[in-house]
Amino acid sequence: MKVSMTVNGKGVERDVEPRMLLVHFLREELDMTGTKIGCDTSQCGACTVHLDGKALKSCTMLAVQADGADITTIEGLANGDLHVMQESFWENHGLQCGYCTPGMIMSTTALVQDNPNMSEGEIRHQLEGNLCRCTGYHNIVKAVQQASEKMGGGD
Amino acid sequence: MWPKEFDYVRASSVDDAIQQTSDNTDAKILAGGHSLLPAMKLRLSEPGKLVDISRLADLKGISANGTLSIGAMSTHAEIAASADVQQYCASLATACGMVGDHQVRNFGTLGGNIAHADPASDPPTVLVAAGATIHIKRSRGERSVSAEDFFIDLFTTDLEDGEVITRIEVPNLSGHKAAYVKMPHPASRYAIVGVAVILEMDGDTCKSARVAVGGATVSAMRASGAESALSGSSLDDAALNAAASAVQSDISDALMGDVSYPESYRQAMSGVYLKRAVKAALG
Ligand SMILES: Cc1cc2nc3c(=O)[nH]c(=O)nc-3n(C[C@H](O)[C@H](O)[C@H](O)COP(=O)(O)OP(=O)(O)OC[C@H]3O[C@@H](n4cnc5c(N)ncnc54)[C@H](O)[C@@H]3O)c2cc1C
Ligand code: FES
Ligand code: FES
Repeated sequence: MKVSMTVNGKGVERDVEPRMLLVHFLREELDMTGTKIGCDTSQCGACTVHLDGKALKSCTMLAVQADGADITTIEGLANGDLHVMQESFWENHGLQCGYCTPGMIMSTTALVQDNPNMSEGEIRHQLEGNLCRCTGYHNIVKAVQQASEKMGGGD
Repeated sequence: MWPKEFDYVRASSVDDAIQQTSDNTDAKILAGGHSLLPAMKLRLSEPGKLVDISRLADLKGISANGTLSIGAMSTHAEIAASADVQQYCASLATACGMVGDHQVRNFGTLGGNIAHADPASDPPTVLVAAGATIHIKRSRGERSVSAEDFFIDLFTTDLEDGEVITRIEVPNLSGHKAAYVKMPHPASRYAIVGVAVILEMDGDTCKSARVAVGGATVSAMRASGAESALSGSSLDDAALNAAASAVQSDISDALMGDVSYPESYRQAMSGVYLKRAVKAALG
């Protein structure tokens, strides 16, 4: 089945099986392997991308469902310079192995765009859809706090 | 993980979706996909055809005109953020805001949630307590069923093949005190126990109460013993204790459990969460 969508500002079109998940479309059809597969059961958030500006677990949507959509992945977040959230993860050492990081960054940029005034407690709560097996979350929370201050309502 | 092969079609209208799923019992409706796709990836569900209703404008939108009308394709995030829902039935906004995580809330829908009828879901419990009505379309026309009669058993509803939920109607409860509280599963965030209460107050006296329980039970259900214990009381400790023990008997025939959270634990927690729900409702 034919699908076309915009990925990181660029139009793409492919003929795919209906059962192909969006995450496989990105990783295998487009060779964009920044988006990770952690659990493959909709729990861990490593596969988070933005669909029409909203955070989505891309292992939980078919590529054909995303036909016509505007997708942003971790590869498309930086605009020349790193995105503020990427920079904050770097500066606060918000990662160790880095496997959860693309999903963490896509999830938290969407969260902060919606609400740049989250308290530390709210940030921790809102991270419930993203799992990290390394950091213990403290530095991730610090990174999100720093980015929120800088983003102040939009990026 | 790849689901088994299937055909995919985008329904052109609600009637088209009805026809495509009536003609073929192997076909399933696809809304947000946030319950169906995980089940298909695990091969717990293997439909031969998916009929995507997510682009049908008829199934979208929330309006408040005497009663609240929520299109089946409304996402949990839209419902949680809706001023109309907050005014008419704030506890439904609370429940939808507690579903899973923000990514799931962006794409999972109320129609899909209730059709799936996971016993650990949140919105069904509030819909049962609120006396909501589910509106359904089928080839023979339309019908409606109360939320209380809609949820039958584990993953089992009154819905038949070839039927599409079009909207969920909720009475205006803005004059009532209401709350939904849940004990979330530490990993999945689904409800281990969820309790919804809707109280009609006259000063400090509770004129009438509606109580529903989910998570602990095979489906969301009314707890009439707890309702009687609260009604006519001043919601003092004695009344709350009586209601907490009544709710445990109300649900005793419908309990559900697992290794981590056995039936007896969930039953005991239903009493605790009932008290918390009443206190939260009174603010
Ligand atoms: C990680 C995760 C955590 C979650 N946590 C929670 C939680 O804490 N609480 C909670 O309540 N839920 C939770 N959910 C479930 C979530 O609410 C789902 O989005 C919802 O149950 C299904 O909605 P959907 O639109 O995605 O439906 P789909 O997955 O598309 O469909 C589900 C079922 O309903 C049928 N269907 C869908 N729409 C209609 C319709 N209009 N008419 C007739 N049949 C229809 C489909 O055929 C299918 O059988 C969670 C899901 C995930 C992935
Ligand atoms: S891989 Fe999608 S949520 Fe874990
Ligand atoms: S940094 Fe390793 S999983 Fe998060």
